[in-house]
Amino acid sequence: MYVAVKGGERAIDNAHAWLAEERRGDVAVPELSVAQIREQLALAVNRVMAEGSLYDPDLAALAIKQARGDLIEAIFLIRAYRTTLPRFGGSNPIETEDMTCDRRVSATFKDAPGGQILGPTFDYTHRLIDFKLAADGDVGTAPASTPSPIATPHIMSFLDREDLIQKEPAGADIPDDLTRTPLELPANRALRLQSLARGDEGFLLGLAYSTQRGYARNHAFVAELRIGAVAVEMDIPELGFAIEVGEITVTECETVNQFQGSKSQPPQFTRGYGLVFGMTERKAISMALVDRALRWKELGEDNVGAPAQDEEFVLYHSDNIQATGFLEHIKLPHYVDFQSELELIRKLRSEAQENINREVSE
Amino acid sequence: MTPLLQVENIAKFYGARIGCTDVSFDLYPGEVMGIVGESGSGKSTLLNCLAGHLTPDRGAVRFDTRADGLRDTVTMSEPERRMLSRTDWAFVHQHARDGLRMNVSAGGNVGERLMAVNARHYGQIRDKAIDWLGRVEIGEDRIDDRPTAFSGGMQQRLQIARNLVTGPRLVFMDEPTGGLDVSVQARLLDLLRGLVREMNLSAIIVTHDLAVVRLLADRLMVMKDGHVIETGLTDQVLDDPQHAYTQLLVSSVLQV
Amino acid sequence: MSDYNFAYLDEQTKRMIRRAILKGLAIPGYQVPFASREMPMPYGWGTGGVQVSAAVLTPDDTFKVIDQGADDTTNAVSIRRFFQKTAGVAITEATSKASVIQTRHRIPEENLRADQILVYQVPIPEPLRFLEPSEVETRKMHALEEYGLMHVKLYEDISQHGDIATAYAYPVKVEGRYVMDPSPIPKFDNPKLEMAGIQLFGAGREQRIYAIPPYTQVVSLDFDDYPFQPTKADHACDLCAAEDSYLDELIVDDEGGRMFMCSDTDYCANRRKQGHVGAQGVPYAEDQA
Repeated sequence: MYVAVKGGERAIDNAHAWLAEERRGDVAVPELSVAQIREQLALAVNRVMAEGSLYDPDLAALAIKQARGDLIEAIFLIRAYRTTLPRFGGSNPIETEDMTCDRRVSATFKDAPGGQILGPTFDYTHRLIDFKLAADGDVGTAPASTPSPIATPHIMSFLDREDLIQKEPAGADIPDDLTRTPLELPANRALRLQSLARGDEGFLLGLAYSTQRGYARNHAFVAELRIGAVAVEMDIPELGFAIEVGEITVTECETVNQFQGSKSQPPQFTRGYGLVFGMTERKAISMALVDRALRWKELGEDNVGAPAQDEEFVLYHSDNIQATGFLEHIKLPHYVDFQSELELIRKLRSEAQENINREVSE
Repeated sequence: MTPLLQVENIAKFYGARIGCTDVSFDLYPGEVMGIVGESGSGKSTLLNCLAGHLTPDRGAVRFDTRADGLRDTVTMSEPERRMLSRTDWAFVHQHARDGLRMNVSAGGNVGERLMAVNARHYGQIRDKAIDWLGRVEIGEDRIDDRPTAFSGGMQQRLQIARNLVTGPRLVFMDEPTGGLDVSVQARLLDLLRGLVREMNLSAIIVTHDLAVVRLLADRLMVMKDGHVIETGLTDQVLDDPQHAYTQLLVSSVLQV
Repeated sequence: MSDYNFAYLDEQTKRMIRRAILKGLAIPGYQVPFASREMPMPYGWGTGGVQVSAAVLTPDDTFKVIDQGADDTTNAVSIRRFFQKTAGVAITEATSKASVIQTRHRIPEENLRADQILVYQVPIPEPLRFLEPSEVETRKMHALEEYGLMHVKLYEDISQHGDIATAYAYPVKVEGRYVMDPSPIPKFDNPKLEMAGIQLFGAGREQRIYAIPPYTQVVSLDFDDYPFQPTKADHACDLCAAEDSYLDELIVDDEGGRMFMCSDTDYCANRRKQGHVGAQGVPYAEDQA
């Protein structure tokens, strides 16, 4: 006698209750506040904002708490929330030229107007576990100075003045919004950059690294990496002018890449571009390298068959929310399909066995 | 008689560089046209323009279609052109792997064109594949093997079978013997000559190998720097070349 | 009800999805790109089906969700709850009472009526995907109706295994034009694709919607001498004795003992209610007691 299994609903409820308990962990240990996550795990918060495509540090911190520190899960929460938000309009393009830089480095010039600003970087720290942090996190205050009144022009503008770098004139068209119109290929650069900006950091890092190792190598120099706050402005039709609606921190990376030219065209450097929410420089540099690799067609370069050159491959696989969903769905029940495979393989095996038996008897 | 293919003033440029220019000729049913020249002479560019792989910048390529007679394939819609290339046309690539599906069995490779024109009987498709493998001297027992398991010469013969199985009215061949050992080349040429005669094939063959055209082509076109510099019956051109460059070519002073 | 809009999606988004659905119905089997939204459940878990359901549901609808034919599998429960919460629609496990049925991997055994909509969850909408990875190329192949490659695959199956070795997601040609992936239903279900109800297919991650209007011709690809055969386990259901339904195989002990039962739980329960008893079953009333 057999009674059919029931109880899916109760199992789900119980699993979720257990998850809530595990999320809190040992209740003898004080609970993390959202503010603590926002302030002390800021780089995790930045990544969640960048790949979640929503600039809201408090919400990102809350998502990290709810996701038990699983950043892809936190990004997922942010994305699902973002979809439900009403859209009032689009901002004007941000002016990174006017950025108040926390960090600004150029690898192509020893010095330039605005100077090199190291900022709060892990670079040059010795990666030694600091056991003091386990005991108490007190730090002294860092020396401060007043922001320089001198403007910090883009390094690219110096090359541009000499016509040494490929022109990148502003387009009149408003690019499509990747989250509102289906991605159709071939995609234009604006759409590619949107996709890269929210793509998985690890995936882009791997691809960018592969270009450095020879899979579509394009000799990238970091012309400039700048991180800091910029104003976000929006045109208000009723007012007839733009007002500032807030301030966001972004990381921008511009690379100077191998030059090209011909007998009729004087050689010029080419460029790659990365722009990401928050302090996310690994991602921004990766983005610039991959952007540059994807431009092979417009720059008349050879397709060497490298993964980073393959637009479909990159754009269809860079989104970690799509990837993780599809990857993990294989743990859902598939027994109906498996059953039909079972029957097929049994049938094929018995036919093959009959053939063998026939041959033996002949 | 209506020509099978009428080529008029074809030109293709790569920026300022000439791919090929001012090419005109007629090809009549059952005729084999050879196009010779050294690498960079524009002969492959021309072939790709004729076969619809490249869009020429100027000129017309008129094909005598079954339904509507002569039609310009340059201005024809892509679906129509693709339809031609899987029915009345065939293209034999220099490298067999460009013309074969390397992860599909030999039988599947030959059968694909039949299935593309709606053959739906497995047994008949297979019989036809076996017949064609035989014609290109590939044993029936190899029908379920993939081309990766074949030698270079066998791969090329398989490519030819795959192309000819639907009885195309026009065959384009790009250096069909290139990249093969000399002894293998000879056997392939022999096979091709047999098929050309037996099927009364119309073909355009691009090659730098004069032995290939001597054996297969009725007429010859000699190209240099994108221009046709000499045309005529094969024997005439090879035995009594008029243009200085052709004379060099024929006397083999030029390494081509 | 909740703070969200009826059936979660905002009206603009639903309108966009409805336009895609109408286009799909107008061109049976054609994959219509749509701007798939990020849903609060993972991609690959039915986001396409959920968006299509959200766009077609009205407050008067009665909704049923099945996964593998069953109403009580975890993913079915989760999706049903989602719409209970966000749309407040009536729910049912009875196929005949549902006006909208969302499914994963099965078509209900009971024939659907003209006033019913079947919504499929689709993981990979492109039937040519595993023959040709490039989307640009596959769209061109559909546009030019170049489907020879599909038969090459079937040819290879027969030459290698002696039979077409596709057991589920078996490709079909719709109304003599588009080759379509019916989603991973077992090929047993393919003949049911010609039905009175409207069939809508949603692929969220891949951003595609397609459809089969009522009474549309749907032909499973095959060869004249190797005709398509819908197959199932050669048994009767051990609970309700049905011989015409698709069966799940269960391993019941560690000595290889197994039993077969209907994958369509509603169908099975109905038969048992009517008094049918399988080899290992008990009368319906006793089971409920």
